[in-house]
Formats: sequence, C-alpha cells, structure tokens
Amino acid sequence: MSYYFTILSPTDVPLFNIAFGTSKSGGDGIARFRFPDTAQYMNQFIIHSSLDVVEEAQWMNGNMYLKHIDTYPPASAYISAFLTPSGARFLLLHQPPQLPTNNVSSATAGSGSILGSSFSGSGGSSSRASASSVAANPTSPQTEEAVRQFMTEVYENYVKTVMSPFYRQGMEIKSSVFRGKVTAAGRKWL
Amino acid sequence: MSSATKASRIGEELWKTRVDKVNAELVTLTYGTIVAQLCQDYDGNYQDVNKQLEKMGYNIGMRLIEDFLAKSNVGRCANFRETADMIAKVGFRIFLNIAPTVTNWTSDNNQFSLVFDENPLADFVELPDDGRAQDELWFSNILCGVLRGALEMVQMQIEAHFVSDVLRGDDTTEMRVSLVRYIEDEMPPDEE
Repeated sequence: MSYYFTILSPTDVPLFNIAFGTSKSGGDGIARFRFPDTAQYMNQFIIHSSLDVVEEAQWMNGNMYLKHIDTYPPASAYISAFLTPSGARFLLLHQPPQLPTNNVSSATAGSGSILGSSFSGSGGSSSRASASSVAANPTSPQTEEAVRQFMTEVYENYVKTVMSPFYRQGMEIKSSVFRGKVTAAGRKWL
Repeated sequence: MSSATKASRIGEELWKTRVDKVNAELVTLTYGTIVAQLCQDYDGNYQDVNKQLEKMGYNIGMRLIEDFLAKSNVGRCANFRETADMIAKVGFRIFLNIAPTVTNWTSDNNQFSLVFDENPLADFVELPDDGRAQDELWFSNILCGVLRGALEMVQMQIEAHFVSDVLRGDDTTEMRVSLVRYIEDEMPPDEE
C-alpha cells in the first residue's frame, strides 16, 4: 500500500505533503505508486479533485474524521479525509499495490464504506473495491480504524506545530519535527 | 538543613499559598508572540532581538524584585551561593513554577549555571529555519534581563547569558550567571 498525505488550508492552499509506503506486513515504508515517476502530480490531482466530496460530506455528521470519502477507480486510489474545526483538511490517498489480476475493472461487491458508496455517483461509476485481500482492502473497517488513529495522531502534532509562535496561519509547514512525527505515525498505524 | 532544601521548601510553600495562577498557555503564547514580533520588527537581526529581550527583562526585574520580596518575606542572603538557591528555588518557583538546578560553581563562588529541565516560555516553540536563528537567537533571553534587573535592585551587579538551549538542538538549557560586584552605597556625586 502506498500513501500520499496532504494538509490543505481552509482556502485549499497545500500546507504539507508527504508520500510514504506501508510498514505493515513486511513493507519497507517506501511509496510505490502506479504512476511513473514523471507523473507524481497525479496524486495531488486526485486529492484535490476529492475536495468537492469533502465539502459535501463535512456537513453530514459532526465527526472530524470523515472516513473514506472518494475513490478514483482508474488508479484505484482511495481518499480518506479528516477535518479540523478551523477548516484545515487532512487528506490521505491510499493506493493498494498492483495486483496481477484485473482487479480494477471487475468491480465485485466489496464492503464499500457508507459514505463511499453513498457518494459513488460523484466518484465514478464503479467506486467499489475488490475485496481480494483484507490487508490491501482500503475500505475495510480495520483500514478505516487505522486511518482514524493515524489522523488523530497527526492532528495532535498539527495543533502543537501551529502553536509555535513562528508559525503564521496559512503558512506552509516546514517543520522537520512535524514531518518526522507524521512519518512515525504512518509507520505506527498504516 | 542546606540552604537549597530550605529554599525549595519556601518556594513550594509560597507557590501553594501566596501565588495567583494563570493559564500556562496564555503565558507561553504571549511571550512567543512578543519574540516573533520582535524578530519581524528587527528584520531577523537576532542580536538586536536578544538585546531587546534582555532590556525588557531588565525593566521587569527591577519591579519584580519588590513583588518577590513582599511575597516571600525572606531576608538578606548571606552569600552569593544562597542568592543562587533563592533565585532558582524560590524566584523561579513563584513566577514560573519551575526550579532550575544550580550547578557548575567556579572556585571563587562568583559564577554558577542554572540548568532548566523545563521552560514554560518555550513550549511549542520551533525556531525559524532560516539557518541563523538556530545559531543566533536566545529565545528565552528575557530571563537573563529579569535576573540582572532584580539583583541590581538588591545591590548585586551580575551578568547573565544563555550558553545552550534545547531549542537550538542542545541537550540542555543552561544559563550562566556571574557576579560582577556588590554595589556599595555610594555618596551622591558632589553638586559643587
């Protein structure tokens, strides 16, 4: 599983980006996206295209963690979102490793999350994942829970980082401490 | 009973009974904002920021000593060692609820170090990564000024500066305090 994590300000300015891979089940923590290295902008593209869904979903309930909200089937990229009360969005793109079979097109009836399936109209015609492997299934409850833990931990560190007097609202987060903490959270939960 | 333990006890007692408490984050954020604003006003000239912080502290210290003496009701210290314990265990306890360690005395008992295990002024702080702040800015430099101002009012001329700071990546936060001289009562200069 490869991950791309972004923090966006309330006005959609990117504040922080990081790409990393899974460390679970023998992963080495290095991101291996399906795009060629020249097309890494696809991650940002997919994440930003999910913002409409985030804005719809954010009023559905009072939770900060919006769970899996959007899917981009051509790249089998899944987006989970977390909103801070001040309107910053944490978006996590996860992409399962390429499987040998044609899993993307044959959309079996997987256990899509509630929000994910209710918004499938905006995400594309076949936004359901194939549940071929639990570990690589981005919509399973275990994954949702792991992402929630990850988001919560990042949020705690985000609060501390923006409390620094040298940080100005809306500024890019350059703190290496914060980057280290996000990496550690990714290693711990994802 | 050593003067250090005695001072600790006085400090604890005063902290529990005589001191008004405020929210620590209020203090931290206010101080942080002041320093950040100074850095902006001086356009990143950190030497000037250090100087300005020291001066602000000096003006605070000159008045704070009165409050300290009124609250603590302690008498004159017999020697500079006792003064050091008073500062570390009573002064810092009352005003910041910390008690830095007094250590590294010189043999003539005129210089010591205060080692801060915690520093409420610097919570949440990360110095700007412009390549210079890490080497030039003493974030908590106001404390040096406070000590200088306070001790000057009780006839001690001292010099205080930070020698290390965890914010810069050092292992400890350490302030070096040296006694320059005891200020003797001086006759006012002759007007004729």
